[in-house]
Amino acid sequence: MAEAAIELIGINKSFGAVRANRDIHLEIPRGTIHGIIGENGAGKSTLMSILYGFYQADSGEIRVGGKPTAIKTPNDAIAVGIGMVHQHFMLVENFTVLENIILGAEGEALLKTSIAKARSELERLEREYGLEVNPDAVIEELPVGLQQRVEILKALYRGAEILILDEPTGVLTPAEADHLFRILKQLKDQGKTVVLITHKLREIMAITDNVSVMRQGTMVATRETKKTTVEELAELMVGRRVLLRVEKGEAKAGEFKLSVKNLTVKDSRGVTMVDDVSFDVRAGEIVGIAGVAGNGQSELIEAIAGVRRAISGSVMLDGKPIDVIGVADPGELRDRGLAHVPEDRHHVGLVLAFEENENSILGYHDDPKYLKGPFLNIEAIMADAKDKIEKYDIRPGNPKLKTANFSGGNQQKIVLAREMEQDPGVLIVGQPTRGVDVGAIEFIHKRLIAMRDAGKAVLLVSVELDEIRSLSDRILVMFAGRVVGERGPDATEGELGLLMAGVEHKEAAE
Amino acid sequence: MDALVQLLDATIRVSVPLLLACLAGLYSERAGVFDIGLEGKMLAGAFAGASAAAVSGSAWIGLLAAVGIAVFLALVHGFASITHRGNQIVSGVAINFIAAGSTIILGQAWFRQGGRTPPLAGDSRFNAIELPGAAALRDVPVIGTIYSELLSGHSILVYVAFLMVPFTWWVLFRTRFGLRLRAVGENPAAVDTAGISVTWLRYRAVICTGILTGLAGAYLSVAQNAGFVKDMTAGKGYIALAALIFAKWKPVPAMFACLLFGFLDAASIRFQGMPWPVIGKVPVQFINALPFILTIVLLAGFIGKAIPPRAGGVPYVKER
Repeated sequence: MAEAAIELIGINKSFGAVRANRDIHLEIPRGTIHGIIGENGAGKSTLMSILYGFYQADSGEIRVGGKPTAIKTPNDAIAVGIGMVHQHFMLVENFTVLENIILGAEGEALLKTSIAKARSELERLEREYGLEVNPDAVIEELPVGLQQRVEILKALYRGAEILILDEPTGVLTPAEADHLFRILKQLKDQGKTVVLITHKLREIMAITDNVSVMRQGTMVATRETKKTTVEELAELMVGRRVLLRVEKGEAKAGEFKLSVKNLTVKDSRGVTMVDDVSFDVRAGEIVGIAGVAGNGQSELIEAIAGVRRAISGSVMLDGKPIDVIGVADPGELRDRGLAHVPEDRHHVGLVLAFEENENSILGYHDDPKYLKGPFLNIEAIMADAKDKIEKYDIRPGNPKLKTANFSGGNQQKIVLAREMEQDPGVLIVGQPTRGVDVGAIEFIHKRLIAMRDAGKAVLLVSVELDEIRSLSDRILVMFAGRVVGERGPDATEGELGLLMAGVEHKEAAE
Repeated sequence: MDALVQLLDATIRVSVPLLLACLAGLYSERAGVFDIGLEGKMLAGAFAGASAAAVSGSAWIGLLAAVGIAVFLALVHGFASITHRGNQIVSGVAINFIAAGSTIILGQAWFRQGGRTPPLAGDSRFNAIELPGAAALRDVPVIGTIYSELLSGHSILVYVAFLMVPFTWWVLFRTRFGLRLRAVGENPAAVDTAGISVTWLRYRAVICTGILTGLAGAYLSVAQNAGFVKDMTAGKGYIALAALIFAKWKPVPAMFACLLFGFLDAASIRFQGMPWPVIGKVPVQFINALPFILTIVLLAGFIGKAIPPRAGGVPYVKER
């Protein structure tokens, strides 16, 4: 084994009562791509934040290039050649690429010389690594793939020898992700060390040399990637056997439940986000909408669910029109059997400051079964919440606990339980497993299939292509606000990826 | 012509405290710390300036005292909203109340003139400066009048205020400090991960705010007027905030915004009691309210979308 670029010895870190990292030992050989996987909350990000000086370990030692090193601030990390590409980009959106790159590494008090220096250095980095980007472009006008490239350039500009990437592919199209992997391999060939944090097993298998698995704050195993399998890694992550493939039978599509015709939606800036979209969802089928985030999927489901207003078009629910243009009334839609699991559970789906039982009836709190005269029937609500907790395995099983204290997966289960237990005819689900652990994903997927098999119509929006492919009976692909194609569940990833990137769409337009 | 020059001259004089306060707010808000307490800092500065000038007999010592107290209050705001991540609006409002109350109480306790400070004269006040050649050029038509009447004959703080405009632009867009200041108001996490202290950077920004509000206060009581009168800022701190939004947090537009508000103010004084065609005599109160009405109209959508610094008003907390 090559010399270690980084060694972590006995790292411990607690946040209050939560032990995020327990006695972590890790050795990352120089010039390799090292994967770190684990469920959300397993402590991956915390560990890397400690390495980058964002947090300090309660105890333990970090060795960089064999030497014990105290990393107290990001500055210390940068000084020893550690760079980090964060999951949420650390870029100033209305600054140019150059301004972002020099921020914190300006050198001199006046910008003129440091900008000139950065410009020539950037040209060198572009040549050396093939990382092209216009130095004068404003960040918010760049696509996410390029923004990420700026993050990588930022780290290289600071002389990073060790590059940490935290969930780098979450926001990328499959093609962009492949491009990123090529860049990472090139960096490795130039002798850099890459640490890749992810929960996507496929990426680990595709690109890493070694992989370490974390679970509940501990490092459970390190494997050579060639000598392990997806199944083994998944089991190590979750601590039990996991079904990675969703088991489902043939769909028995029935009558039309939801019909969308020529729907057009604009956002608050007047930009057309959904452009003349039409489709149907029938009872007993799951229709999946694939697409890179920001291509109108969010606006589409919001318009149908009565959260956002459309400009034109119509939507029929059980053969009767619903008003998508006039005054919104999501409550009426709920009464008519249309349930909505919003994409953003933190801001739209839940009130995090509420107790679990309050969130478990939110939106249905006018239902007579939760009322006693004009007052809430606390006993009935608590009984109902306990029932849902049991059915959906929500942990911890305490309906009096503040919702913010549940993990992402359990919060999602609270929303799903609330919407599904109303027994709706149509269920609209946005990003059902975003930020959700592998174990909970399996559960949520099973539930969605069960809904389908019970004869409900399910409209699913997800940026996770695997999820779309494994759950959907029909797949619609959205690009730039339009549905650019429909495929069956057996469509290949490459085929969908091209549609998502708008390739066929462009050709058709020419 | 004379009437117009006088009106513009008055415009410059009443614009200066607005401009200083507006630039003060610009430093703080560009760094992501909203400051509704400009008013209070200005008022406290005006009181401290007039008191110190009256006691010491030196306008410069008055200025120093004004800046000192305003910086102190700015640090209080920083301590509450940066170090302790408190609500910036609440902290700002609290400072306004403290300033409004304490200036009257202390003024009465120290000078016993009903909350006023003793009138200032001579060296205890900033006097008008004649620009070189002003007298000689006086009789040249137009240019001479503009130079000698409009540009010459103001106190030093007027010139400082207008020089602060290009200086602030230069600091913001040409220096490392400015780059970081703008960055921390947009995305403090980016600044933090770049290895720069968010806290220290924001503190430096509010200190700049303190210095400029101190200058604004000193101008009111030690230059424009000859002493402190209770509540003498009369909402200028809020108008300055409106001007800042109107100017979209940019220094040069901020100057024009302040001149516009200043012009309205000057015009309202000048046209008081004058009968208008058709309407007849307009109540003084309405004229006085005009700048505020215009503020509302302008802010209600005549300026396009004003996008504040994205991290404005939000205390920075490291995410796990």
